[in-house]
Amino acid sequence: MKKGALSGIRICDFTGQLAGAGATKWLAAFGAEVIRIEDPVRKGSWDILRGMPPYKEGKSGLEMGGAFNNHNVGKLGITLNMKSERGRELLAEIIRQSDCVTENFAAGVLERWGFSYERMKAIKPDIIYATNCGFGYSGPYREYKTWGPIVQAVSGLTFASGLPDQPPAGWGFSYMDHTGAYYMAIAILLAIIHKKRTGEGQFVDLACTETALTLNGPAIMDWTVNGRPSRRPGEPNSNRSAYGRMAPHGIYPCKGDNEWVAIACRNDADWRRLSTLPGGPIDPAHAGNTLAERQADEDSLEATIAAWTAERGKYDVQAMLRAAGIPCSAVQKPEERADHDPDTSGLFPVVTHKAMGEVRVDGIPANFSATPWHMDAGAPFLGGDNEDVFGRLLGLSPAEVAKLHEEGVI
Amino acid sequence: MTALTGIRVIELAREPAALSGKLLGDMGADVVLVEPPSGDPARHIPPFFEDQPGPDRSLWWWHHHTSKRGVCLNLDTAEGRDRFLALISEADMLIEAEPAGRLASLGLDHDELLRRRPELIHVSITPYGRTSANAQVPMTDLTLMAGAGPVWSCGYDDHSLPPVRPSDGQGYYTACHYAVMAALTALVHRLGTGEGQFIDVSMHQASNVTTEGGSYNWLVARETVLRKTGRHASSFPTSESQVRCRDGIWLCSGVPPRAPSEFRRLLEWVRECGLEERFPEAVFLEMGAQPETCPSIADIGIKDEAPAIFSAGRDALVLIAESMDAYDFFIGSQNRNIPSGIIYAPEEAFEDPHFRARGCQVEVEHPELGRSFRYAGAPYAMGASPWRISRRAPMLGEHDGEVFGG
Repeated sequence: MKKGALSGIRICDFTGQLAGAGATKWLAAFGAEVIRIEDPVRKGSWDILRGMPPYKEGKSGLEMGGAFNNHNVGKLGITLNMKSERGRELLAEIIRQSDCVTENFAAGVLERWGFSYERMKAIKPDIIYATNCGFGYSGPYREYKTWGPIVQAVSGLTFASGLPDQPPAGWGFSYMDHTGAYYMAIAILLAIIHKKRTGEGQFVDLACTETALTLNGPAIMDWTVNGRPSRRPGEPNSNRSAYGRMAPHGIYPCKGDNEWVAIACRNDADWRRLSTLPGGPIDPAHAGNTLAERQADEDSLEATIAAWTAERGKYDVQAMLRAAGIPCSAVQKPEERADHDPDTSGLFPVVTHKAMGEVRVDGIPANFSATPWHMDAGAPFLGGDNEDVFGRLLGLSPAEVAKLHEEGVI
Repeated sequence: MTALTGIRVIELAREPAALSGKLLGDMGADVVLVEPPSGDPARHIPPFFEDQPGPDRSLWWWHHHTSKRGVCLNLDTAEGRDRFLALISEADMLIEAEPAGRLASLGLDHDELLRRRPELIHVSITPYGRTSANAQVPMTDLTLMAGAGPVWSCGYDDHSLPPVRPSDGQGYYTACHYAVMAALTALVHRLGTGEGQFIDVSMHQASNVTTEGGSYNWLVARETVLRKTGRHASSFPTSESQVRCRDGIWLCSGVPPRAPSEFRRLLEWVRECGLEERFPEAVFLEMGAQPETCPSIADIGIKDEAPAIFSAGRDALVLIAESMDAYDFFIGSQNRNIPSGIIYAPEEAFEDPHFRARGCQVEVEHPELGRSFRYAGAPYAMGASPWRISRRAPMLGEHDGEVFGG
């Protein structure tokens, strides 16, 4: 295999769930050596996803967690009992040979184990220490706990998702676990670049809630510059376009159960295309209507379009509108986009997991001409790479590794 | 010096790519934003300063183009292309969201650019990837989110309501996050080898791998998740997780208690609020608080009292919420180690004392207006290579002289 873009970089990785593990998954896909550390006493339960559903063919077990596998492909797995003196000594040795220590525990966990940033720096002067925790390492809420939906709630992202006169719809998944992981990966890469250029390591304090807050830019500026809050009657209506930029712009029912299609007219030209579509939803007499005219009674306009789409299949509507040059997409179900969409070809690679066998996982949505990404091996077993890592990095013999295991150190 | 000091990025102005240049610019890269002489259409995205449209008044533009310099180039002319190639000859990165085929038709695609500048990292962001049969299909953030999976998972328990596009612009953001991860990964490679490369990011694919369980429940177990109000889509029934507080503000109460310690803390809170008398189900919280009587989720359908114990947790949260304002609930629960989150509007989050204490508000000077405005701050706090907005978004052609000389 050709060397990866990040070959030679070693990550001492305490991350779990998606918000942390997603970051080091990216690094591993480009050849970084990610050494994932788990707790032998509690059988890896630092990461609540280990051993949790979904399961392939219904087979459960500590090594059978589908989400855990998805987020940890290509990593090595070792165990360390941080309550033991010897375990902490071994960690210091690993840190000495690593470029970066990563974690997404609650604030202060590593410090309580004796591994503050200052201590790590004493062990390895140019170490990068990257944390991702809900409210970060400073500020009045630093002790507060979060997971994805709470991050999305306090940052404004949940509020901004919904229909009028309804509770917040929010996000039906942990968008900020994904996106927190993306920002964590960006921060780690920036720190690696900084270190390569200056020789200097650093501490990265990523507060996932704060990251999420920055994803509301235009709404924040409308507040700070114009004094207009987003909490106002009729808002949010997130299937419409923000600030009345486009109309029509919505999600409409189609023939069948729970079938939907999204349509957006970006401008007057799209509107003209829609209203002159043979057999289309709009009376061509309205083809010249301006944006303001279309928005004068947008509810009625939407009802007209919905009555038309409801008589048709979602892919039929998609084909018809796309042929006319109008942005339109079926609301795709998981099986439709993962199994039948040519535009996801190669996106969900098959990896080989030692217990689950062949499993498809989320891949990377980019092709690199010089340094392609690779995902081949599934997530590591609990302590599955102890012999390799402790032998190769620390020079321990298989007998010594076995003894550490017997003593409950690993 | 910060992480990207001295790194020159050329960004061809297009709405879907805007955040990627900002992320690099705010970390110290010298980002040159290239617009056509008529200006990027994104200058007309609302909202506007004082609600008056104008090419230098879009607040969308202000937010997404911080820390960039701006130049005008007409790539349809030989002179414009020469100037662009001159820029590329000194650039480290090119980030663009041009329609597939456009740069090739101008003789400015990656093969030509990398031939002239082998160190260049060229990142392309297109709706379906450069080689897709659908490369010319038009896309907006709405249709992107609908086709790629996020919309399927978002909305309400009531499926007569349409699924919901969660917030605005996030599909484009996801593509930009991948573009930046890709560009920085390629930069690490280049620092070691001197080798540049071309990277083809698909917006549709980026959101396809940003759906959490939407994808992997299907990939692993062939289960299709279904949308639910304000909580994870799933293929099985789950308890509601939002409560409306006394002041009408909604709050994410998270997962109701399951462990004895969690039932204990909630019961104590009910008592402190003086609500126990009004809450006969408190007896079930007591059962949950005892390790001997606390059921596991697997006991539902086996032990008669299990459902009552679990639903008492949710009922207690609803009762407390009715008795206090959302902010007090949020602080009160978190101080009792019961995780919850107030559902803030963006401006409310921006004014919250925690985020202010961490520096989420930064002042950016607008010399042309003789004023400064508060902008959203850093997405991460980096000790040695700090994030910083170095300048407000450029006006049309503002830096032509500075960048091109004479």
